[in-house]
Amino acid sequence: MVTDVLGAPVKRVEDPKFITGKGRYLDDISMPGMVHLSILRSPYAHANIKAIDTSAARLAPGVLAVFVGADIPYNPLPMAWPAGGASGIQNNVNMPRVLATDSVKWTGEGVAAVVAETPEQAVDALDLITVEWEPLPTVVDAEKATQPGAPQLHENAPDNVVFEWAVGDKDGTDAAFAGAEVVVKQRLVNNRLIPNPMEVRGDIGWYNPGTDEYTIWMSSQTPHIQRLLLAAFVTGIPEHKIRCISPDVGGAFGSKIFCYADMALVMFASKAIGGRPVKWVETRRESYQSTIHGRDHITYVEVAATKAGDVRGLRVKTYANLGGRLSTIGPGIPTTLYGRILAGPYRIPNVHCEVTGVYTNTTFVDAYRGAGRPEATYVVERSMDLLADELGLDPAEVRRRNFLPPDSFPYDNPSGLLTAVNGSKLYIDSGNYEPAMDKALAMVGYADTAAKKAEAKARGKLLGVGLSTYIEVCGVAPSKWIGAVGEGWGAAMWESSNIRVHLTGKVVVTMGTQPQGQGHETTYAQIISHELGIPMEDIVIQHSDTQGTPFGYGSYGSRTSNVGTGAALKAAAKIREKARRYAAHMLEANPEDIEIDGPSYRVKGSPDKVKTIQEIAFALDLAFDTPEGMEPYLDETAYHDTPNCTFPFGTHVALVEIDEETGVVDLVRYVAVDDVGKKINPMIVDGQLHGGIAQGIGQALWEGAIYGDDGQLLTGSMLDYALPRASWLPAFELDETVTPSPVNALGVKGVGEAGCIASTAAVANAVIDALSHLGIRHLDMPYTAQKVWGAIQAAKGGQA
Amino acid sequence: MIPAAFGYTRAGSVEEALRILASDAGAKVIAGGQSLLPLMKLRLAAPETLVDIGRLAELKGVRALDDGRLSVGALTTYADLMDSEARNYGVLLDAVPTIGDVQVRNRGTVGGALAHADPASDLPAVLIALDAEIVLRSTGGERTVPAAGFWEGAFVTAMRHDELLTEIVLPAPRDAAGSAYASLQQLASGYAMVGVAAVVMVGPDGTITGAGIGVTGVSDHAYKATDVEASLVGTDGSAAAGAAAAAKVVGGRSVNADIHAGSEYRAAMAVVYARRAIEAALARLA
Repeated sequence: MVTDVLGAPVKRVEDPKFITGKGRYLDDISMPGMVHLSILRSPYAHANIKAIDTSAARLAPGVLAVFVGADIPYNPLPMAWPAGGASGIQNNVNMPRVLATDSVKWTGEGVAAVVAETPEQAVDALDLITVEWEPLPTVVDAEKATQPGAPQLHENAPDNVVFEWAVGDKDGTDAAFAGAEVVVKQRLVNNRLIPNPMEVRGDIGWYNPGTDEYTIWMSSQTPHIQRLLLAAFVTGIPEHKIRCISPDVGGAFGSKIFCYADMALVMFASKAIGGRPVKWVETRRESYQSTIHGRDHITYVEVAATKAGDVRGLRVKTYANLGGRLSTIGPGIPTTLYGRILAGPYRIPNVHCEVTGVYTNTTFVDAYRGAGRPEATYVVERSMDLLADELGLDPAEVRRRNFLPPDSFPYDNPSGLLTAVNGSKLYIDSGNYEPAMDKALAMVGYADTAAKKAEAKARGKLLGVGLSTYIEVCGVAPSKWIGAVGEGWGAAMWESSNIRVHLTGKVVVTMGTQPQGQGHETTYAQIISHELGIPMEDIVIQHSDTQGTPFGYGSYGSRTSNVGTGAALKAAAKIREKARRYAAHMLEANPEDIEIDGPSYRVKGSPDKVKTIQEIAFALDLAFDTPEGMEPYLDETAYHDTPNCTFPFGTHVALVEIDEETGVVDLVRYVAVDDVGKKINPMIVDGQLHGGIAQGIGQALWEGAIYGDDGQLLTGSMLDYALPRASWLPAFELDETVTPSPVNALGVKGVGEAGCIASTAAVANAVIDALSHLGIRHLDMPYTAQKVWGAIQAAKGGQA
Repeated sequence: MIPAAFGYTRAGSVEEALRILASDAGAKVIAGGQSLLPLMKLRLAAPETLVDIGRLAELKGVRALDDGRLSVGALTTYADLMDSEARNYGVLLDAVPTIGDVQVRNRGTVGGALAHADPASDLPAVLIALDAEIVLRSTGGERTVPAAGFWEGAFVTAMRHDELLTEIVLPAPRDAAGSAYASLQQLASGYAMVGVAAVVMVGPDGTITGAGIGVTGVSDHAYKATDVEASLVGTDGSAAAGAAAAAKVVGGRSVNADIHAGSEYRAAMAVVYARRAIEAALARLA
């Protein structure tokens, strides 16, 4: 009997190699004749390039070639998700070129590249390139960039505006505010973050002159998409002449979804030098400057409510900083993935959100873990606390009053938030918010908050409790909703799976999704084992190579657990059906009389007339006795387009203590009750939650990219950008409620982003709660000791 | 993260290292490399020649001198320091485990950190508070500099180019002395935004008879807060006396400012952490 591993905390099959240092990441790959590329990056945030002299660099030891932008005939990188999609709103698009030609728009934009025999020679030769710069005025703040007189980055973008997008019911929202008993307003800054995957990005490009084909190894979440984009939009090289391979990917957090200039650069360079493989691996400093950043919103939020705490309207105006040029789907993040989920888990009848996308002299901004949804959660969860504070009500009770009741689902937001421009809708698939909140409040002892504060005060500490009752949209997405004619991602969003049961009974599964640490090789195997009754150790999951795996859109937005598994389930069902027909042939029965029990295909009523799937696969592969009309081999491919997204939810509660004398914030307890539906592997779910929670806490307490007014990145390395450390965090206390998603057969929702979406707002609310008795109603993140100390001093009328 | 090209010589003896330093103005000493190598990889430092003294056994280890003082070889790692009698100095026990991470403490050397003279380094404050002495050697001979006079500016010390820091001498442990270190870290780098080391000695009646206060992170170099020391001596060590003394810790100095802590915050925190260090040092006596 095969043990059913679906839902079991199976140890990850990936871990032995990763833990023992036997993973094979991009920089582990070496091949005969391989050479190295290094990129000269702009020291200015805004400047015209008057001239570049590469003559000395060309003569440097080991140098094979030096390129500038004008040498490279490729197109600029593609814009795959303009704001508003097919709605026709104006997007003033400016995309990076492979190397900048006339001007640079942020410190770190690439302007020249050296290819040399060794990495050392390539880096040394960069120092020999001289660029004649004409520095230009800079602006780094998105709101200031739209003001009259601000430095202008692009001729086609007056006032540095990329787009002006709106969603929701403006008239209804205006009416709700006009008649409101209470209005609360606040300006909120969602701080800019640097993704910091453990493995930085890199590529190896190899042009084979013998076949006229290109192979690109890339640390990417989306090798299939990159092949498509590089072929159809950037290089003009036919798609079938390009192969993309993602080796083991050491973390990404969204930053490896995108099409980057370096991918095309290594292709061009390899061909230009006659076909030697060209490797480029970014330094951590380059990663900070020229791999995408996340968040960076300035938001004005207004809440209209009754005195009893019923929210009647939410009005939001956001300036989204998108950087000096756009990243692949930059405009889609602060629009579709932000404005459309602003109401959170609440029944808010009137919502209107305006978003202005803005160019500034900073690194481009795109999807970073949660991508728009953490920003939305921060807005609505801070709003709930601001309203509670204004009304003197308990924040938990304000949330309770406004939760969508459990009979609301599927829920169609009355403001039309989830309706794409082609009329295609998402519905919040399921939810039951109060039990999760009640469980979290009980775990944390919420009723004893006053006593906890008094006890802390006696120790000289200010204790604060903060809630975040989040929902998210994940498992992206129905193609007709998010595709080009719907919401504007210039692609569909289905997934693919191929399952082959070989002669020996072993199973090879190829997937279009692309892991970057999530444990796909374990979780897919658990599902296939459950579906086919074949032991997990007899199944291998393959991915990451456009040669040998079916096309897929990659992994982000927790789409693997909803969409990818949907494809795997369908392919497994096809395998079972073919096996059933062949078992009927072997057992001389009708297919409808064959019942399937795990690996066994048995004639109803004749328990001894049975064939196993391994026996069936053996016979079907040898094909010595295949009935008329049946193809040999047990091999099926399936594609799955999800009918809806999924909507995980939960309540997180943070307890902080603030040293009143120093402003140091200490996170002392963290409780999370998450409802991610059914779980394929609860251990992996817990791991995702732990990492996500830590990342969101990092945004609230420590992380923040800081630019000087001149556009220099002042937090340009880990010496100045504080990432969360395990020793700064309490042991997380996790629990769950389980509301299966009706969107997929497994009832799963996805958990890649949940922790990160929830935790930032929980910690922010806790910090403000700790300070609210001083009259402080809001501070912008991160809550550094200096900032908190300054606020305390100011509130007390001190020197600060 | 590739350094510029550099020459490399491994010194076989202290004398050989000193000869190279005396003859090569572009030579830079490397020991554990935990400060210098990151700077070189960022190309913020590009020495012409590295003189590697890392294998000179004669500069490693901690030994008690006949008079009870403790000699710490310049190449003693932080980890080895904490495995020695130096643990008995409360102020070192507080400070050293906060430096870097495990790898840094296993590779980084005490002498290297002192010579590097980062204005936010923890150890200088500790050695100043302890009234330690720093031994410098050149081909011309040996001299001893009190810790309080060793650091002169950011990354600037009293050491001449031809000198090698060979040894640190800690005073003998005293009865009726307590010491402690309190710091507020810049969280990304782990360096001190403010760090205060305090050593206090009390007489039989509880009166403070001596004090050593070293401060780092606040000014362009670690300094001895003599006003605080003077204010403490003769008092009963009460909370009020500690607070009054701590209030003098900045003493009109120009205070550092960066994106993590402005000068106003740093100055205020210097007072808080001076008071906390004094209180903790006194608590160790009790």
